[in-house]
Amino acid sequence: MIEIRALTKRYGHTTAVEDLTFTVQPGTVTGFLGPNGAGKSTTMRMILGLDEPTSGTVAVNGHAPRAHAAPLHEVGAMLDPRAVLPSRSARSHLLALAATSGIRRPRVDEVIDAVGLRSVAGRPAGKFSLGMAQRLGIAAALLGDPATVVLDEPVNGLDVEGIRWIRGLLHDLAGQGKTVFVSSHLMSEIAQTATHLIVIGRGRLIADTTVADFIASAAPPVVRVLSSDQRALAALLRSPGVTITPAGRPAGSPAGDGALLICGRTAGQVGATAAGAGITVFELATEQASLEDAFVDLTKDAVEYRPVTRQGTPTHQE
Amino acid sequence: MTTSLPRYPGRQRVTQARVLRSEWIKLRTQPSALWSLGSAVILIIAVGVLYSLLREARPPQGAAAIASFDPVSVSLSGVQLAQIATGALGVLLVTNEYATGLIWTTLAAVPRRLPVLWGKAGMVVAVTIAVTLPAALAAFLAGQEVLSRQHLTTSLGHPGVAQAVIGSSLYLAVCGLLGLALGAVLRSTAGGISALFGLFFALPIIAGFLPGSWSDDINKYLPSTAGQAITTVHPDPATSLAPWTGLGVSFLYAAILLGAAALRTRRGDAK
Repeated sequence: MIEIRALTKRYGHTTAVEDLTFTVQPGTVTGFLGPNGAGKSTTMRMILGLDEPTSGTVAVNGHAPRAHAAPLHEVGAMLDPRAVLPSRSARSHLLALAATSGIRRPRVDEVIDAVGLRSVAGRPAGKFSLGMAQRLGIAAALLGDPATVVLDEPVNGLDVEGIRWIRGLLHDLAGQGKTVFVSSHLMSEIAQTATHLIVIGRGRLIADTTVADFIASAAPPVVRVLSSDQRALAALLRSPGVTITPAGRPAGSPAGDGALLICGRTAGQVGATAAGAGITVFELATEQASLEDAFVDLTKDAVEYRPVTRQGTPTHQE
Repeated sequence: MTTSLPRYPGRQRVTQARVLRSEWIKLRTQPSALWSLGSAVILIIAVGVLYSLLREARPPQGAAAIASFDPVSVSLSGVQLAQIATGALGVLLVTNEYATGLIWTTLAAVPRRLPVLWGKAGMVVAVTIAVTLPAALAAFLAGQEVLSRQHLTTSLGHPGVAQAVIGSSLYLAVCGLLGLALGAVLRSTAGGISALFGLFFALPIIAGFLPGSWSDDINKYLPSTAGQAITTVHPDPATSLAPWTGLGVSFLYAAILLGAAALRTRRGDAK
């Protein structure tokens, strides 16, 4: 468990992290999302005791980061996969790290196998591709089977197979009851990896929620409907809290296809209304808002709620 | 291919001995460190032999010159250059980690931080002595071989001779500690090496600009001049401290700088 309370970090006049408070729970994968420069890496360094907070506190598994007696068993981290001595082999790099806690070669080899680096473990780590370096960084994080795992942009640079592998790995780690805290600047990436979500922007907390709730609240789903009498259906659906907009034109067609986008009613409610009025429904579907749109909206420091607009079409009430 | 990772049931603490072992693994897999040690050996032996050849070709003339001739210090003259090599070893052991960012991994694994500094210090002392003691002995023996042609030799059994050979190696270990401390304070390879040159070569030159007696009095207390007293058997009291006193003074500089390095390492951001 990671507990962050009123955490602030300033470098000179620059405020990297400001009054951040959140808790990362064990047993689940928590995504740490924010645009580049939002303060994610700074926060992670404070979690590891590498940077000293200007004010506020960090506790990892109930202890101050620098108070761990057996640190490799408390928290394993990958901050920068390129942070290796280029000429040192991957195995020597891990052996030196493991030695600080008396972890010996058999465990190092186990971890090397688990991340798929066995065939290149004797090669200089500086010659690794970014994907291989990421795997080495993850191996280092897992050496001591830590209760808390902190990974900064672990998916960065991995190929499709690698991304699938790391999602499975993170899921397994959470399944073992570990606290898994993973940063990313890409919402879509986090949505497929994490269950819980911490969003920060300009060093401040924007959201502390589940991924599902975040997406729903930031950009609620809309219902797309095409029926035999759109005007009548719109009139029946119109009420406070319901927004009705014409769908944008589909690619390649000269004009809108006449479909309506209804926000504030479920597909079931729209279908039932149409059926009650004897209107024939040709097409009825729930459309999920784009994850990146939701993320951009939130991190733009947008204060007021803005209704969903599609493909730049201005909203006009029917 | 990836396999599933077994759990690791152990829960082991960080100890100073474990950190020392980790530093040993790092040192023997860091080429720049091995190059520094190799250069120290070559400088000790090659410069020692070359200077002995020079003195054999131009032996001291007259009774006074012969009496003050110190064949030990001639054969150990390479130490004056090797001090830069072992000093650089100390600098590089720290600054390489800051330059590559590896320091984050290291300090996350040893969050109390100071065991890393002490581990590196222990490693610098141990490997420097292990490597330079045989080199100093070889330089001494080869130098005596050369000087024997002019009957200017001494032997290990004479008073102060074995002390000079062993002390040279100890002084080079002190230089390693000075470099380590400078590296840990400055966190930059260029800065650390420059500071080392300043300490070893610039300070004595600056002291040389001072009026005569001041110059000697100050110069003999500078870290390199003081430390090199141990390489002599007949130090001139006007320009040099007694051998062990000199070594002690140079160690004091290293201890003070290591104290500063400890303060800098323990507090603040590891960047």
